[in-house]
Amino acid sequence: MWHLLHVTIHLCYFAINIANALESHLISKGLLRRYKSLHISKLQYLAIVIESEDCRTSNVIELLQWLADLGVKHVCLYDMEGILKKSKDFILEKFDGATLFQENDVLLDQPLMTLEFASLSDGKEAVAKAANVLFMKYLKSGSTSSYQGEQIFTESQMGEALKTVGGNGPEPDLLLVYGPARCHLGFPAWRIRYTEIQHMGPLKSMKYGSLIKAIYKFTMVQQNYGK
Amino acid sequence: MERIRERVIQIYGNLVSLLQKCIFCILSVGPIPNHIAFIMDGNRRFTKKCKLMEGAGHKVGFSALMSMLKYCYEFGVRYVTVYAFSIENFKRSPEEVQSLMDLMLKKIEEILRKQSIVNRYGVRVIFSGNLKLLSEPVRLAAERAMLATAKNSKAVLSICVAYTSTNEIMHAVQESCEEKWDEITLLNSSGAGYGLISLGGYEQDEMDHLIKLTDIEKHMYMAAAPDPDIIIRTSGETRLSNFLLWQSANCYLYSPSVLWPEIGFRQFLWAILNFQQIHFYLDKLRKQS
Repeated sequence: MWHLLHVTIHLCYFAINIANALESHLISKGLLRRYKSLHISKLQYLAIVIESEDCRTSNVIELLQWLADLGVKHVCLYDMEGILKKSKDFILEKFDGATLFQENDVLLDQPLMTLEFASLSDGKEAVAKAANVLFMKYLKSGSTSSYQGEQIFTESQMGEALKTVGGNGPEPDLLLVYGPARCHLGFPAWRIRYTEIQHMGPLKSMKYGSLIKAIYKFTMVQQNYGK
Repeated sequence: MERIRERVIQIYGNLVSLLQKCIFCILSVGPIPNHIAFIMDGNRRFTKKCKLMEGAGHKVGFSALMSMLKYCYEFGVRYVTVYAFSIENFKRSPEEVQSLMDLMLKKIEEILRKQSIVNRYGVRVIFSGNLKLLSEPVRLAAERAMLATAKNSKAVLSICVAYTSTNEIMHAVQESCEEKWDEITLLNSSGAGYGLISLGGYEQDEMDHLIKLTDIEKHMYMAAAPDPDIIIRTSGETRLSNFLLWQSANCYLYSPSVLWPEIGFRQFLWAILNFQQIHFYLDKLRKQS
């Protein structure tokens, strides 16, 4: 009975995927009016999370080309195991529309796309390193007598400490997950407080139309930020 | 006539309950999530949509929460976490914040009563967050609830109030630093310090790793619960809004489009089915990291 239930779910998803593929085809041909004009300027920083086993550089380069065509200026590529980080030079060489992200790039209007590469070690481990930076600073400042019970560190000090250990790039507005499930796979926690997270399916079956749809959906979102 | 109507409703209720139990039986052949977290979004939109009085959406939302807790505990989910009040929510109008605090106080008293869900399922209640930011009556009620349910051991309900992930991480880092400072002071005063206060006795490499990841993790507000398997955020919103960012690396994120007060068995079922479909993959990720 359980197996029957899950086979039914598989069939439902199969039908949904066919419908999505058709819609994606129509979007990429420009036949659906709604998706014709994207307010791309709303997307300041985009993160792409890819399942490490799926990290084919040819697919990644094609995806970057699509993003460049759409006018996306700043992209962070993330996978848990750091395979994209290791292929950084190869990707930058093959995709000549981008440069490596430097800290102040988001403020400047660049002709080329900036690319950041991140992995699991830029998440929790970076926070541990930043904790040590803060601890050292505090010991050296000599004001440890007021340690107990009060708030010693602020979130902005934490942000600065993360920057010094290389773990605090900009907060992405949108995070697209290319993998089997909608799961952010350990993208640095400090950076995804209000990031919209969308699931795109496996990288090998990526579609241009689905990318447009995901970005369009993002541009339609209104956030209250808790208020 | 009235009695017949009541009887029909009772029979219908029993049938629905029986059907739900049957579905749970079938589902329990597959993996059961150990921890489900909820972001209860959409209470104010529900109030507007149904043209109710201000605050009514949150009251209906509370009933929805009770239903979801019942489904979770009946199905065998041991840990449930809810995002009840974010630190950012303090920026709302003082009247709204006060009415939410009043509702929280009233509901804390309610859940401690004998026949409530907490006692029926043996649930230990934990309030996670910067409780010092709460007004005294609410904080004391929360502490009373934690004390009263401390011996319950069948399930855990973590209620995140005055909580954000970044505040949780910050707090854990601070607690780790204080603990390390106490350790160093103790070593120093026992004469075994090797000049630890000036840190002359440490190599640079050791100084970079005085505070370990495990120190930080044990000081998180949510340390009493394992990482969530599913996070459900209603109203179709796809962001986490500073909730469980640290703990959700290998967690299935589900965003049904219904508003929180409208959530029901259908959405719970769909979340479980999807979780079971990808459980093998999520388990593999957990073992890797």
